[in-house]
Amino acid sequence: MSAVTDTVRVAPATNPVSQSIRDSMVVAKRNLIRMSRIPEMIIYGLIQPIMFVVLFTYVFGGSMQIGNSTSAADYKNFLMAGIFAQTVTFATASSGAGIADDMHKGLIDRFRSLPMARGAVLTGRTLADSVQTALTLVVLAVVALLVGWRVGSDGSTNAAKVLAAFGLLLLLGYAFTWIGALIGMSVKTPEAATSSGLIWLFPVTFISNAFVDTSHMTPWLRHIAEWNPFSATVQACRVLFANPGQSPSDAWPMQHPVWASLIYSILILVIFRTLAVRKYRSATA
Amino acid sequence: MPGAIYAEGLVKTFGDVRALDGVDLDVPEGTVLGLLGPNGAGKTTTVRCLTTLLRPDSGRAVVAGIDVLKQPDAVRRSIGLSGQFAAVDEYLTGRENLQMVGRLYQMRAKAAKERAAELLEQFHLTDAADRPTKTYSGGMRRRLDLAAALVVSPPVMFMDEPTTGLDPRNRQQLWEVIKQLVSGGTTLLLTTQYLEEADHLAHDIAVVDHGKVIAKGTSDQLKARTGGERVEVVVHQREHIQAAAEVLAGFGKGETTVEDHMRKLTAPVTGGAKLLAEVIRELDTRGIEIDDIGLRRPTLDDVFLSLTGHVAEAKDQENDKEAAQ
Repeated sequence: MSAVTDTVRVAPATNPVSQSIRDSMVVAKRNLIRMSRIPEMIIYGLIQPIMFVVLFTYVFGGSMQIGNSTSAADYKNFLMAGIFAQTVTFATASSGAGIADDMHKGLIDRFRSLPMARGAVLTGRTLADSVQTALTLVVLAVVALLVGWRVGSDGSTNAAKVLAAFGLLLLLGYAFTWIGALIGMSVKTPEAATSSGLIWLFPVTFISNAFVDTSHMTPWLRHIAEWNPFSATVQACRVLFANPGQSPSDAWPMQHPVWASLIYSILILVIFRTLAVRKYRSATA
Repeated sequence: MPGAIYAEGLVKTFGDVRALDGVDLDVPEGTVLGLLGPNGAGKTTTVRCLTTLLRPDSGRAVVAGIDVLKQPDAVRRSIGLSGQFAAVDEYLTGRENLQMVGRLYQMRAKAAKERAAELLEQFHLTDAADRPTKTYSGGMRRRLDLAAALVVSPPVMFMDEPTTGLDPRNRQQLWEVIKQLVSGGTTLLLTTQYLEEADHLAHDIAVVDHGKVIAKGTSDQLKARTGGERVEVVVHQREHIQAAAEVLAGFGKGETTVEDHMRKLTAPVTGGAKLLAEVIRELDTRGIEIDDIGLRRPTLDDVFLSLTGHVAEAKDQENDKEAAQ
């Protein structure tokens, strides 16, 4: 072991932005390698949304009124935007649990003692999670097509609009991942991160236009649903997919869903990324 | 000119607990400081403050000539840390772990790759290099962790109980690596529960208790403070303890301690081997049969005991760790 102390190769400080990007990529790569070595995580991540597609389609389809229609086919086409959006947000719970897990292992001390960009541990993690979410969305879209979901069922659309819808979904998922990250940083155990990471998602995804037509809700609830950031993305997807059940409400996010979805997601991203990174910097693990 | 690691009046409180209560350290460049102390004495907290993981409430720290509180990022470029638990990703291979650390030390991809291969070779991990580290034994993981701390050959190293939980063979191996490192000019701060380890590796020792350094010096200085040599006698029959104690009282330079259940008597003496021979003759004359007799120098365990009032708690801590897992 004669070469243990051969050379000192500590690189000088580089441009902070490019360093931050590079470090985030290194950490993202680490998380992607991990995911590929724990394939059951990806599989379980897929089972739940697939189950939702099948259950909602066959159990609720036909007994739900969307606009003036109670046809099962209309509900199916209405539903998918909601399921997609729910899937990208529910993925944040496992993200938070992963971060909580990391924070309680010795590895975080190593990261924190390295001359790396401060936000990179979290950014790398959330980026890797987004890759997994994208993968999940692809599989889910195939399943949706198999059970009879069709874009353009309620008007005309095109490939660019469909891709834009998936882009908005990924952005929403990425923004929400930072909420998960903040929760993961704030709880004491990974177990707590899993449950507390899920609880808040139920009201957010259910007090919305995802599964039911908001026009049947009591006014105050409908109001919340229509201004819910989550609903904006769902509405935007329905518009871009040309699927039925688009809310005719006067609420601004329902009238301008694509803009609303973008603004909401970016706001959430900026706010929660700032909070999570601040928490990381002060964390004592 | 302060040393490579310098701390002055470090204070850190967690709620009501004053984990550090004014720690002062000064480690000259190229030397090893062994930080000794019982559980909860503040060893790990000291290391965490010096490695930028924790911000002390007050005090000053300089590592490799850089102010830890003012320029933590610059400090991070100049240190390596090997913590109590092997800080490696268990799903990544040994090679991937080292490459990742290299990249995060801002090395270029190619350099990180070459350095990883070098370290795997040096730490005898080449055969296991491409297996996920969760398949590694405890010793292998520790070696990998140490390798990760050495990726950039930092001028200052911190090791927090590097050999806790290792078997004797692995411990010996790790000691060799550490010696190699120090002979190359690295300054090292090492915390340990194993007094033998500090004796073996450290130039200077600082004993910490209740968040304060309560004694400093070389191993020999500390032992000298505790007292000189002692005669230890184990008598064959319990009835002879009293008689043997009388003999020792005649030769001893202090109080004779008796461990009844062991039939063992210990007395501080001066005079070395010559005196030992006299003691043996005297015991023989009185017809006291002995099982064992010897001249003992104080160990660091004795130092520890006399300074902190309790023995090192390596055993307890290991049990705690097992329970925690």
